[in-house]
Amino acid sequence: MKNISPDTQGHWGKFGGKFVSETLMCALEELSSAYNEAIKDKNFKQDLNNCLKQYAGRPTPLYYAERFSKKTGVRVYLKREDLLHTGAHKINNTIGQAFLAKRMGKKRLIAETGAGQHGVATATVAALLGMPCDVYMGEDDIKRQKLNVFKMKLLGTKVIPVKTGSKTLKDAINEALRDWVTNVKTTYYLLGSVVGPHPYPVIVRDFQSVIGEETKRQIRKLEGRLPDYVVACVGGGSNSMGMFYPFIKERKVKLIGVEAGGLGLASGKHGASLCKGTEGVLHGARTYILQDKDGQIASTHSVAPGLDYSGVGPEHAHLKQTGRTSYYTVKDKDAMDAFFMLSHLEGILPALESSHAIAWVKNFAINFKKNDLVVVNLSGRGDKDVDIVEDYINPVRN
Amino acid sequence: MNRIESKWKELKKKGLKAFIAFITAGDPCLEDTYKIVLEMERQGADIIELGIPFSDPIADGPVIQASSNRALEKRTNLNKILLLVKDLRKKTDIPIVFLSYYNPIFHYGIEKFVEDAVKSGVDGVIVADLPPEEAKEIKIFSSKKGLDTIFLAAPTSLKERLHKIAEASTGFIYCVSVAGVTGARNSLAQSLKRRVVDIKKLTDRPVAVGFGISNIQTAKWVASFADGVIVGSAIVKVIQDNLEKKDLISKVGKLVKDLASAIHKA
Ligand SMILES: Cc1ncc(COP(=O)(O)O)c(C=O)c1O
Repeated sequence: MKNISPDTQGHWGKFGGKFVSETLMCALEELSSAYNEAIKDKNFKQDLNNCLKQYAGRPTPLYYAERFSKKTGVRVYLKREDLLHTGAHKINNTIGQAFLAKRMGKKRLIAETGAGQHGVATATVAALLGMPCDVYMGEDDIKRQKLNVFKMKLLGTKVIPVKTGSKTLKDAINEALRDWVTNVKTTYYLLGSVVGPHPYPVIVRDFQSVIGEETKRQIRKLEGRLPDYVVACVGGGSNSMGMFYPFIKERKVKLIGVEAGGLGLASGKHGASLCKGTEGVLHGARTYILQDKDGQIASTHSVAPGLDYSGVGPEHAHLKQTGRTSYYTVKDKDAMDAFFMLSHLEGILPALESSHAIAWVKNFAINFKKNDLVVVNLSGRGDKDVDIVEDYINPVRN
Repeated sequence: MNRIESKWKELKKKGLKAFIAFITAGDPCLEDTYKIVLEMERQGADIIELGIPFSDPIADGPVIQASSNRALEKRTNLNKILLLVKDLRKKTDIPIVFLSYYNPIFHYGIEKFVEDAVKSGVDGVIVADLPPEEAKEIKIFSSKKGLDTIFLAAPTSLKERLHKIAEASTGFIYCVSVAGVTGARNSLAQSLKRRVVDIKKLTDRPVAVGFGISNIQTAKWVASFADGVIVGSAIVKVIQDNLEKKDLISKVGKLVKDLASAIHKA
């Protein structure tokens, strides 16, 4: 099906590709062939599945959120990625890629991180496999995600503060790419979302697709049918892509991606690359990006650090263009309200990223039909966000 | 024959190696860029590379990153840089090559960029994050309008890729000395010579070496086997260290003069 596979250079229509320094081209080719071999290898798959099961805690439950459903008037299931080891979907990808790195004989892992969830998930597998690891993180993110920074250190990873540009995720990716181009022979760059040059968007999507595959099986068992809506938040786009991918062929299932509306689209302070961005090239891929009139990358804002990014995975750009998926935005304030609501009604503290998806359901509630069935990907837990929430409730504290 | 081609011819006739000097356009301001370009020509630079500032320069080390930021703070953009080149063309015929990331020119519009660049007097373009595989669009318009497209050959490029790079390049081939980002290195690996010799076997086009060349000895050594030597960070560093000083232009001129004589005579 034309929607699903990119060409050999990683193009979905006009999106994707490999816009990188020549020095990295051979590394990307090496990665592509190593990956294609690995996924054909039964032992690799078995090791991966064992680790996901015994170590990370898969499968995650698909939980019927009864009180939240009652409140919103539509039946809502939550895919509990928040229950995974390290507290977010990110571990699905880091286990997969770290196994791949080991198989390729790479000696060192590097990664970028925004919210710190991907950094923690990378630090965790680095410890598990006994590999040295450096994680690049924007200085601003280091300040607002202290808990995750400390966790990475405890796990034996070095956190390298990034002081350039907007000091958030995009700059951390820049710095990781600069490290990779310098140490390309020995180092594996473990990218955390479905962004970057080919083959990363494919590899990360594949490792995250376990979310959608499990969901499909579980909902069939629980409800005897597929859902009407599948909802996930979109930062770089990995939890959403992993959730959507197995549903793309099921044309009746509506796929809803929720981006960071920040302080409102009119304010210019948001992270809505798909809803508000224009075509461009960032971090190795052609996709939708937030940029100014001169093609300089704009800085972004979201209360959820994991959504604070000016680009988005190229496959999302393609899916948007073909009309298979729909994208909406949710503002900081609404995400915060959803955070409180889920905490009170269900006893679940959602990550602020995931709170955007919850908020969309809440905001959209009047439009659902009576028997609609909704699945929300609860991509992570909110422990990491309690400082941000506290500052939000009590802004004078600083 | 375009300006780049005739420059290589002229140098060859005189038995000289080329000195290619890089600065970021708009650092510290476009008026100074104008003066620095003319001064660099006066002091012996053969080809000028003008960096188009970008917010996310992933191929650059700290010195050129900072330079790019200074230029952006002055609101330098492609339109203004094209006007600068137009002005320069009233004074000089030195070959001018743009060094850009893909997004600023993609956003400007590839066809329009090529057309306006040629109209303004730009002779070639190097795009740091554009391998030949992604360059179909820019190649089509460039070959129509006569803008040279120069591709980079990396230490990690295997033979098959070197062929592709040589084939796609016009003007010259940019051989990257080391795996990494731009910035001064104290010395370069001996294996560089071998790589340049290998690339020269694949093509008749001149091969220029850049990245990390920061001192006279290295420049001299590289010029002994390459057709041209590209120096960027070392020049930009002089700009950075003399930002507020009256003799900024002559300080740059002094370094360029020393490098030019070392490279030409190698
Ligand atoms: C819990 C959680 N959800 C979502 C995201 C957003 O990333 P993606 O869109 O790649 O899933 C992050 C990123 O850090 C995250 O930590």
